[in-house]
Amino acid sequence: MPSSIPHALNTLCAGLILISAFAMVATRQVQGVTRFFVAQSILLATSCFLLAYSQHSTDLFALGLITIGAKVVTIPWVLRRLLPADFYERREITQGINIPTSLLLALLLAIFAEFLMSPIVDAAHNPVIALNLPIGLACLLIGAYSLVARREAIPQLIGILAMENGTFFAGIAIAPQLPIIAELAIAVDVALIAVVVGLLTRTIRETLGTTEAASLGELKEEAAK
Amino acid sequence: MTLIAILAIPLLGALLCWFRPLQRYAWFVTLSFSWAVFVLVLYVAAQVIAHGKVVAIPGWFEADGLSALILLLVSFVCALACVFAGGYMRHGHDDGRLWWFYANYNLFAFALLAVPSLAGPNLTWVAVELVTLFGVLLVGFDNTASSLEAAWKFAVLTIMGAPIALFGFFALFWAYHSATGGARETWDGLRLMAGSMNPALLRLSFLLVFVGFGAKSGLVPMHTWLPDAHSQAPTPVCAVLSGVKTTVPLYVILRFLGVILASPSARLGNWMIVLGLMSVGIAAFLLLQVRDYKRMFAYSTVEHMGIILTAAGFATLGSDSAAVAQMLNHSITKSLCFYAAGMVLLALGTRQIKEVRGLFQLSPFAGGALLLCALAIAGAPPFPIFLSEFSILSAGIRSGHNTAVAILAILIVVAFVAIMLHVNSMLFGKPESHSTAEAVPLSCRTAVVVAAIPVVVLGVYIPAPIHSLLQLAAQQLGGH
Repeated sequence: MPSSIPHALNTLCAGLILISAFAMVATRQVQGVTRFFVAQSILLATSCFLLAYSQHSTDLFALGLITIGAKVVTIPWVLRRLLPADFYERREITQGINIPTSLLLALLLAIFAEFLMSPIVDAAHNPVIALNLPIGLACLLIGAYSLVARREAIPQLIGILAMENGTFFAGIAIAPQLPIIAELAIAVDVALIAVVVGLLTRTIRETLGTTEAASLGELKEEAAK
Repeated sequence: MTLIAILAIPLLGALLCWFRPLQRYAWFVTLSFSWAVFVLVLYVAAQVIAHGKVVAIPGWFEADGLSALILLLVSFVCALACVFAGGYMRHGHDDGRLWWFYANYNLFAFALLAVPSLAGPNLTWVAVELVTLFGVLLVGFDNTASSLEAAWKFAVLTIMGAPIALFGFFALFWAYHSATGGARETWDGLRLMAGSMNPALLRLSFLLVFVGFGAKSGLVPMHTWLPDAHSQAPTPVCAVLSGVKTTVPLYVILRFLGVILASPSARLGNWMIVLGLMSVGIAAFLLLQVRDYKRMFAYSTVEHMGIILTAAGFATLGSDSAAVAQMLNHSITKSLCFYAAGMVLLALGTRQIKEVRGLFQLSPFAGGALLLCALAIAGAPPFPIFLSEFSILSAGIRSGHNTAVAILAILIVVAFVAIMLHVNSMLFGKPESHSTAEAVPLSCRTAVVVAAIPVVVLGVYIPAPIHSLLQLAAQQLGGH
């Protein structure tokens, strides 16, 4: 299979998924981050379909459909319904660390993921795992980084969902036989996360008039007082 | 079938709370349903003690000793917190929104009960996520700036753990699948097959799950959401959060630890000891400088999670039974602590330790409850936490971890002194002349009295069924 067309396309998807993870770190607009997230989810679903085709697995095919249903259709729609339009057209995201430094750190995280996974990948002798496992971990780590660096509610939520994408990208390679009920439950859960955090964001905005997480700084140990 | 009923009842309760004509009786519905669940859990626990295991649907819903213990703790704390909520939530809350609180409360209880009833790890992940989600809604219920901030921190830090833990569960599935060739993944099967699974993969998956779920149970360094959430949420929710919500992800970690210890080449016991001691240490020193008494009890939760983890890291049969005993004692004592703290808050209307003086004169009942729970949670004899902490220390010495035991003992003493200093300054002294105490509602008093019974009794006498349940639970942790 390594030389076949599905595998080559899957390699292309893997590369594009990693690039979209970098793009999410580099983008300044809320709207842009959301679009890159949707693009990444479509790539993830494509990868699912390709693996389903080459492994003749209906489970993976269903997982691809679930991914499209949850992450490409439902989540962007829910966020759009819950939050007013000016949310997306608004100014740039404030960020603790500037973008060139962030990209450099993201690159280091990707190399670290590759390095961390190499002993396990070597033992597995499977080209799909060798591709998906390190890139999945890299997306997970980059997502976690953008969650920490960003100070705005929606990009933080998208960061969590991008971490989830990374996990699934590794998951379809290492656990393709996972029972479909578990996958369905996980997808429902991811959609619920979006709803709850979206609701919370709306309430915060209605009560405090801002969604900059940085302005949430009341609760801490006031040792200096 | 009882196990299914235990999960179905809170779901039905949530539906009834949504139902418009019943919204006025939401408290009554939740109260009766949660006590019904407690009775059913008692029945399940008795079955587990008699037969070692209860199977509702093989491979999906099963309960062994450890599950039964967690079910017992969850249902007891949830039922009692509901009694407390009856009087507490009527103060300063809009009656029209209370049904929403109780509907969420039922769903939260459902998710908490689902975690120990599930036989396989993947759906357990889903249930732990549901716990977090409904917890976020309950923490932010007050809709004030500080409660929303607490809910936001809670949401971001704990949901961030979810994909990390999921990665770990995928890796575990891979290891199990390549070792067995496609058997259904259950905790029992994992423990049986641990020896033939790839140890590097097992270690990786355990570390990912530990990071992901450690954030949810408030282990250092991912503990920062915990004091905020546990101080800003409505008090009955605090009792559930601190008493059992932190224990439930820790339960998953301990189950996983049982799998790891069954694999001879993937030992991680010393890591658990180091990470556990870190949590205890940071919490003990943060306890010294808190200014808010609800935050004080929240930090004490971080401390106890660390103690349980350290004890599990000693990995002997003795330390494991001490660890599960500590889980039991922490849950019952910590919920009592939050009921007492909630009464003080109702009576005096402040959360600051400095602004509370001479509580004994102002409200002897609240003062007495606070003194009792502070002594119990800090680990003074003859309370149950003293017993379990003592057996953790002695099991540690017997397994040869002398340095760890010495550090642990010092840190426990630091935490003891910190808690007693703060509580002392609240209880005694002269009350400020203008301060008066408001009457505490009857339901709150009832909850405190009922919660105090096991805390007092278990210190001097452990009934035989509880003893055998603890023994059964300890076997699941995989110590030798």
